[in-house]
Amino acid sequence: MSDANLSGRAAIAGIGQTEFSKESGRTELQLACESVLAAVRDAGLEPGDVDGLVTFTMDTSEEMEVARNLGMREVRFFSRVSYGGGASAATIAHAAMAVAAGMADVVVSYRAFNERSGNRFGNMSGRVGVLPLWLSWYAPYGLMTPAAWVALYARPYMERYGVTNADFGRIAVVDRSHAATNPDAWFYERPITLEDHQSSRWIVEPVLRLLDCCQESDGGVAIVVTSAERARDLPQPPAIVTAAAQGATFDGETMTSYYKDDLDGLPEMGVVGRTLWEQSALTPADVSTAFLYDHFTPFVLMQLEELGFCARGEAKDWATIERLSIGGELPINTSGGLLGEAYIHGMNGITEVVRQIRGTAVNQVADVEHALVTAGTGVPTSGLILSKL
Amino acid sequence: MTADTQFFWDGVKKHRLLIQRCTACRTLRHPPRPMCPTCHALAWDTVEASGRGTVYSFVIPRHPPLPWFPEPYVVALVELDEGTRLVTNLVGIPHDAVTMGMKVRVRYEHFDDDLVLPMFTPEDAP
Ligand SMILES: [Zn+2]
Repeated sequence: MSDANLSGRAAIAGIGQTEFSKESGRTELQLACESVLAAVRDAGLEPGDVDGLVTFTMDTSEEMEVARNLGMREVRFFSRVSYGGGASAATIAHAAMAVAAGMADVVVSYRAFNERSGNRFGNMSGRVGVLPLWLSWYAPYGLMTPAAWVALYARPYMERYGVTNADFGRIAVVDRSHAATNPDAWFYERPITLEDHQSSRWIVEPVLRLLDCCQESDGGVAIVVTSAERARDLPQPPAIVTAAAQGATFDGETMTSYYKDDLDGLPEMGVVGRTLWEQSALTPADVSTAFLYDHFTPFVLMQLEELGFCARGEAKDWATIERLSIGGELPINTSGGLLGEAYIHGMNGITEVVRQIRGTAVNQVADVEHALVTAGTGVPTSGLILSKL
Repeated sequence: MTADTQFFWDGVKKHRLLIQRCTACRTLRHPPRPMCPTCHALAWDTVEASGRGTVYSFVIPRHPPLPWFPEPYVVALVELDEGTRLVTNLVGIPHDAVTMGMKVRVRYEHFDDDLVLPMFTPEDAP
């Protein structure tokens, strides 16, 4: 490991969130400010201590507006990460790099939106006439929604490895069973069965049923990153950033990477996985729990393969309900995931992994030393390994 | 549409399916772009595709219904015999008769306001 390695240099010292709902009743900027303040307070700091901000290119809350509302005096670092949900873990990577390089002392990453009550993804009604160039190849053919983009990508994988929609159902069942015991989850106390999954209506046949698709949510999440050294002296048990990675590969597009050699995996996540293992000097066996971005269930199976938890094509057999549930070998999405808890563009996956490291999760996994979290898939993406001090 | 993609839609209007080709190393590419990723040449021309290919992937979007599409409709990713892929609709075949790897050929569909779209139909369709 070289001196330049980011591993162990920074830590998550605070997490904050609003309630997760279908109609927040307030502006995205207010959600951002509320979650940032909650995260700063959780870290035992004051907004004046914050000197760096990171968010998504898609976020509507300007850094300077957040800083003005919070009364931040001097901001020394700000950056944004592109590619929708692929940005989530990367916002922590950027924050950790800024801290490690001395660009800032305390960086807050945030994401807040009214994705349900405001501008819903895949809703093109407000965009006619300003279709982005890449969409001009798809919109005329009725390939208009994230679900449809993902389904067309996932079909060759299913064909090659004999994966059926019923195999995806196990991911939905696991997520919803974890959500059922999480009071913050939209689907609190509402678990589902495989039969429920198989009888839910097709969204994109024969790949995605309703229960394969994550919900849409309103809410905000913020996360405080500082040096590992400083985090040690703050009130919360630090979640050390043991590895942080971004990944993209040749011939990709935002969500329609149909031109790569073989559509049998998520090569961007392969890049992220290799970087995470190399940076951390850990292996999949060292990870006690993972939050695998679950906007659509097929990509959870592919992530298990790209991250090395099982071999290519084997996830459909490896990903049993027992193995992925609390008490199993690799409990995933212990808050209920984006399917069960809320869709805050993956940021609520990072907070859940932090709670697992702290030992304060509602569905706590025993003896968590290292936990993995991924960002949006089917897009250029990112990932983190967080560890106990 | 931009200067990089104009030729494709101009070709389609004349019922010609054009693929961008690097004039230096002859590599084909789609969707069109200004630079060859293999040799970095900026010069390019086009070749006319045979219009034949295979179904590399396909799905039937069910929800939300789109008012200007009949239900059900098939969205396919067709791999042309020349090697590039494009997203299209399959027409002239019941949605439940489409299979992965099926051989297809191009068919030009005309819509209002001068729009022509290349779609695909089974190779042996009339
Ligand atoms: Zn070339």
